[in-house]
Amino acid sequence: MAAGAIMRVEQNTQANTQTVSLPSSTKITLTINGVRRELQVEPWTTLLDLLRLNLDLTGTKKGCDHGQCGACTVLVDGKRINSCMTLAIMKDGSEVMTIEGLAQNGALHPLQQAFIEHDAFQCGYCTPGQICSAIGLMREGHATTADEIRESMSGNICRCGAYPNILAAIQQAMAHRRNVDRVAGERSVNPIANERSVNP
Amino acid sequence: MTTNYIGQPISRVDGRAKVTGQAKYAGEYNVPNLAYGVVVSSAIAKGRIAEIDASAALGLKGVLQVFTHKNAPPTAKSDQSYWDEVAVPGSPFRPFKDDKLLFSGQPIALVVAESFELARYAASLVQVEYEPEAHATDLNQQRDKAYKPKPREGVAPPPPPRGNPDKAFANSAVQIDAEYSVPAEHHNPMEPFATTVIWEADGRLTVYDKTQGTPNSHQYVCNVFGLSPDDVHLLSPYVGGGFGSGLRPKYQLFLAVMAARGLKRSVRVTLTRQQMFTIGHRPRTLQRVALGAAKDGKLEALIHEALAETSQFEEYSEPVVQWSGELYKCENVKLDHALANLDINTPVDMRAPGATWGLYALESAMDELAYKLNMDPLELRLKNYAEKDFSNNKPFSSKELKECFRQGAERFGWSKRTPEPRSMRDGGKLVGWGLATGIWETTQLPAGAKAVLTAEGKLTVGSATADIGTGTYTIMTQIAAESLGLPIEDVTFTLGDSTLPRAPVEGGSFTAASVGSAVKQVCDKIREKLVTVAKAMPKSPLANAKSEEIAFADGRMMLTSGPSRYVSIKEVMRHGGLSSIAETADSTPDFEKQSKYSIHPHSAIFAEVKVDEDLGTIDVLRVVSAIAGGRILNPKTARSQIMGGIVWGIGMALEEESVIDQKFGRFMNHNLAEYHVPVNADVQNIDVIFVEEHDSIVNPLGIKGLGEIGIVGTGAAIGNAIFHATGVRVRDLPITLDKVFAGAAAARPVKLAPAA
Ligand code: FES
Ligand code: FES
Repeated sequence: MAAGAIMRVEQNTQANTQTVSLPSSTKITLTINGVRRELQVEPWTTLLDLLRLNLDLTGTKKGCDHGQCGACTVLVDGKRINSCMTLAIMKDGSEVMTIEGLAQNGALHPLQQAFIEHDAFQCGYCTPGQICSAIGLMREGHATTADEIRESMSGNICRCGAYPNILAAIQQAMAHRRNVDRVAGERSVNPIANERSVNP
Repeated sequence: MTTNYIGQPISRVDGRAKVTGQAKYAGEYNVPNLAYGVVVSSAIAKGRIAEIDASAALGLKGVLQVFTHKNAPPTAKSDQSYWDEVAVPGSPFRPFKDDKLLFSGQPIALVVAESFELARYAASLVQVEYEPEAHATDLNQQRDKAYKPKPREGVAPPPPPRGNPDKAFANSAVQIDAEYSVPAEHHNPMEPFATTVIWEADGRLTVYDKTQGTPNSHQYVCNVFGLSPDDVHLLSPYVGGGFGSGLRPKYQLFLAVMAARGLKRSVRVTLTRQQMFTIGHRPRTLQRVALGAAKDGKLEALIHEALAETSQFEEYSEPVVQWSGELYKCENVKLDHALANLDINTPVDMRAPGATWGLYALESAMDELAYKLNMDPLELRLKNYAEKDFSNNKPFSSKELKECFRQGAERFGWSKRTPEPRSMRDGGKLVGWGLATGIWETTQLPAGAKAVLTAEGKLTVGSATADIGTGTYTIMTQIAAESLGLPIEDVTFTLGDSTLPRAPVEGGSFTAASVGSAVKQVCDKIREKLVTVAKAMPKSPLANAKSEEIAFADGRMMLTSGPSRYVSIKEVMRHGGLSSIAETADSTPDFEKQSKYSIHPHSAIFAEVKVDEDLGTIDVLRVVSAIAGGRILNPKTARSQIMGGIVWGIGMALEEESVIDQKFGRFMNHNLAEYHVPVNADVQNIDVIFVEEHDSIVNPLGIKGLGEIGIVGTGAAIGNAIFHATGVRVRDLPITLDKVFAGAAAARPVKLAPAA
């Protein structure tokens, strides 16, 4: 660029539309960690910002806001998703589970316990996303070998590099679940019951 | 005894908070009436702002203010006021100082609004006219402008040459002379930088800041804004990763405080991931290593020169080449480190600054030399093993590197390696084994701590240090609990608070040694008080005992010779009529004792890679890292720290690179999709060995620090393994498949399919 020339950078092509009329907010219903809530949300509010800013559920983290790091992973209707890539209004009527809803009456979920035992985190910032993602992974039931788990957890970046310990924690929780399922099976109880207790 | 915690694999005391989402980070304090600031970043690298038009943004209801250099409230004038603990020579960057643009991504406006989304939208409406000037952002183009930097505090410049290196090199029977290029890298902690400033009713500020040192950020705010220390309370109880990026105050701290004061209300500023690429980085560095050896492998000459980038306003230098004078026995050594100024932000220390780059080059060159000598790379290292530090002729305070080689090689199975490149295979894939050595420094700095023991036997210890994932909370709790023989549940350690006794920033692997010594010292003071009271108790079993004959364990005090007779700490408190005992302590290293020695942790790293020649994929199958790092306080968190360093080594070797688009002078892959860091699938078997190492010189606890030694050398070990697998030497990090292909194509042009 020639020195001295003036360069104008338009950050937003609607810049001159000073009186933009913003769309109005909408009422939606979400069941969050078992509690049904009626919420007035703006159409552009992501599920992540709704949780962190409006509902003070800051356990769900923002690492990139672009679907590239997994820190914002939550379970929506039992499936793991990146909540930064999801507008809240898209999930009207859904059940959302965040890290805050995982422990039951103060008792940690076996996966949370396994994360502590295996030191599966350092700074802890990716951890809620890792845990929610791993719960989703266990439900999907596709990943069983170490390589499959690694692959299936690769949407969750841990810059502290706790990966081998995250793997070990997930494997421990999976083994625990197989045990519970086996015992439950022997008692002829629906094995789903255990899973349900995770996400009411 | 159950209260012996030092050396035990205790799970993190902050673990529960972290797995339940209760740990709150700087940008997560949702206080009433909070306003949100969003930063507008410069689109050009050099020039000036001709005009900023914020009228569209200000026209939106709910936008409170748009701060720019034109309307920013005045702050301190002199450079000194902006210096922080980790400042480098030069003139620190001051946001909104004037219309001058020094680097792409420089903050030029802060839009503050009632909601985050509104602020973000309004920021997109700010119109900027630039008057650009030609920029220089390519280090390679500035080689002729290299100069010797001013010395930086805490970083010794390369020592003068010893012997006659050029002549010795020229006369050596076997020579290696190669240039190694490493790119800029960004720390990218998972938590973006954020500051929440709470405007208290009396106008004081409570500041939650992402920082590796609350005292450092606190002092910066007071100096820059002319506030008295009591007017600002700065906290940082949880930090979502730092790796050096949080050593110096980041611009969001300045902006959030400025806006809160300007608007007299609470403000939060959080950087975007893109903006995380504008706050400093590990500098791109070009290195030359020349090694001359006799036919038997004896090193006769070692020349290591580095050229690194810095900004136009500060001289950031790091110890790249020093290690080459310390690691090997060699009579003729020349080390040099130069800088060139570019239109970029000042680089920032990043995990093992300098050593990460320097050891990559040195240990790659040593590998090249081993092949030229037809000698096992491990044998070559042992042949030139330094029994003292030849750069200053001091003995090592301890050095179990030989043992690292022995145990690492055994665990890895090094003896089964066949030496020729391309000689090991697994099915259709090439397998390679490589090794490298690591070295870092051990420093202890002055630090303070305070402690309160209650009548109920509960102990709280605090120091204004940080836990950036390093395990500070946990190891300090262990040290305190063991010192006073209390159950660990009864001990709480607090940190990240500017009102606590001062501690250095958390960096340089010096926290465990520095703060650990202060914690030990303050607990010893409480011990002495308890001993005095206990001895005076009627029929005290300790009545005639000397201090050192008394042990503290299981909540009791007893004679080391006869633990069956004891008094409980609670009884002692009751007898003394004490509701609590409070103490403070300042620990100062024994500089005189330490100065007689060369003090370092060492490592030996062994790596195995598998290379698919058809697809070009490189997998790191396993890494064995044997560490000589002094006393290990907690093998569980220690292993994690080393493992993290190794993962960084994998990233450095194969993935990480911040690419500048020279036309714009801007890092263009400024996101986590294009700046690749290792993910779970990239990391397979990692084996960490802690070699026993006793060191009575470093500090009374014998700690050397582990935050950085894990990464040093790992990149070279992987690069060396890739050479062993493929016969291709890539001297330009990261070693991506295209570079391996290109090398392989040059070596065997027929077998490769043409690129589509
Ligand atoms: S914050 Fe959603 S993926 Fe990174
Ligand atoms: S624990 Fe720090 S990013 Fe995963």
